[in-house]
Amino acid sequence: MKAGIVGYGAYIPRLRIKSSNIAKVWSADPELEAKMINEKTVPNMDEDCATMAVEAARSAILRAGIDPMKIGAVYIGSESHPYVVKSTSSIIGEAVGATPNMMAADLEFACKAGTSAIQIVNSHVLAGKIEYGLAGGSDTAQGRPGDALEYTAAAGAAMFVVGKKDVVATIDSTLSYVTDTPDFWRREGEEFPRHGGRFTGEPGYFKHILGATEGILSETGTTVKDYDYFVFHQPNAKFPLSAAKMLGIPKEKVLTGLLFPKIGNTYSAASILGLCNVLDTATPGSRILMTSFGSGAGSDSFTMTVTDKIGDRRDMAAPVSQMIERKEYIDYATYARYKEKIKGVL
Amino acid sequence: MPTEKAVAHHWRRFSERYGLIGSRCTSCKHYFYPTSIICPKCRRKGKIEEFKFSGKGNIFSYTTIRIAPEGFEKYTPYVVAIVELEEGAMVVSQVVDCSPDDVSIGMPVESTFRKIREEGKSGLILYGFKFRPLK
Repeated sequence: MKAGIVGYGAYIPRLRIKSSNIAKVWSADPELEAKMINEKTVPNMDEDCATMAVEAARSAILRAGIDPMKIGAVYIGSESHPYVVKSTSSIIGEAVGATPNMMAADLEFACKAGTSAIQIVNSHVLAGKIEYGLAGGSDTAQGRPGDALEYTAAAGAAMFVVGKKDVVATIDSTLSYVTDTPDFWRREGEEFPRHGGRFTGEPGYFKHILGATEGILSETGTTVKDYDYFVFHQPNAKFPLSAAKMLGIPKEKVLTGLLFPKIGNTYSAASILGLCNVLDTATPGSRILMTSFGSGAGSDSFTMTVTDKIGDRRDMAAPVSQMIERKEYIDYATYARYKEKIKGVL
Repeated sequence: MPTEKAVAHHWRRFSERYGLIGSRCTSCKHYFYPTSIICPKCRRKGKIEEFKFSGKGNIFSYTTIRIAPEGFEKYTPYVVAIVELEEGAMVVSQVVDCSPDDVSIGMPVESTFRKIREEGKSGLILYGFKFRPLK
């Protein structure tokens, strides 16, 4: 018997900053930057990876309609865990009422840590070790002031209850593609990450996204035509659309899962927030192929089929579209203060 | 600097602060937050049990904090309200995701999970519920 998504939950913070606003500070061309990204989400001062994951997890449990005490595992992927030593998963487990009988760990694999968490919980469920597990990704991404990443590094979370009973989407198969590729990294104690500039595209993103996606299509004996929706990791709007073109996927099959132009790159949550938006709209029987990408580098692919249970659960929590529309703009000075970029403050 | 004593003090309240968990007296059907071991109404006849609140309520009264206590300075100006939960209990909490001008008595709110305060750069991060305008 297959396992799948019993409940899903998204969280997108309210605050936004426009790319034109960031561009003005660094004497860049606001119009040029706005073509690449219009605006990105910003976490408030009292929001972090843990708070956003808890909000998303509560929505996922609400949609699943299960007793949280039945959750036997909590795995959370992030590259912005609030503590270096002290688990985020235990905070989430406690806040949703799943402690103490649960497996738990915090994962890190750049932007694919969230999908790695789903793979682990899916395996536990398939092995019969647990009835339900909670997994997903949450990030308040960091970009060095003035760096290209500052325009895109955003915040968001998506969490999923995985189980076998009453699933809204079955997880039909999953496959990973990993090589040791230094396209993006952040050393211990360093505040901001570094990246290999143009090197991040070809040997990083495209090699792994295509490797995993072609791999899962081959393993399942399916073709692009068999899927209604494709969701790819989205560090910008161009990469996922270029990957789709290389794979012969029509653009319209990618757009529902492409949230980057409205919220930016939410790192561990990026592909799975796209998946949440697809689940908000897909009809029963729809087939989804999702491939994440994490620098370092690797991709996780999933094939899923939406079931007729989706109609009962979808409206039990806020849809992604509502969270995208619920927003308040801040200027760069406020952004710098909220992101604690101003030094010397007591 | 936080002390080990403070760590234990906070840890004892994690569960009730994370999950908005209080008490109810099954004899007189009254609800309390924070948790109570005795019903102030029924006294020794009261039967107290743990209760998880729904998180929905209305603003009973509020004030805007402009001069904040230690650990809350960065949030000023912010709203602290007495929220009357739909079960009847009263809780004191910050109201977020809106400006002080948007808050009014009777406004419907719901709980949200946020950072309450950090004990400096190296100390504990304290999480718990705050309230936001009901969507």
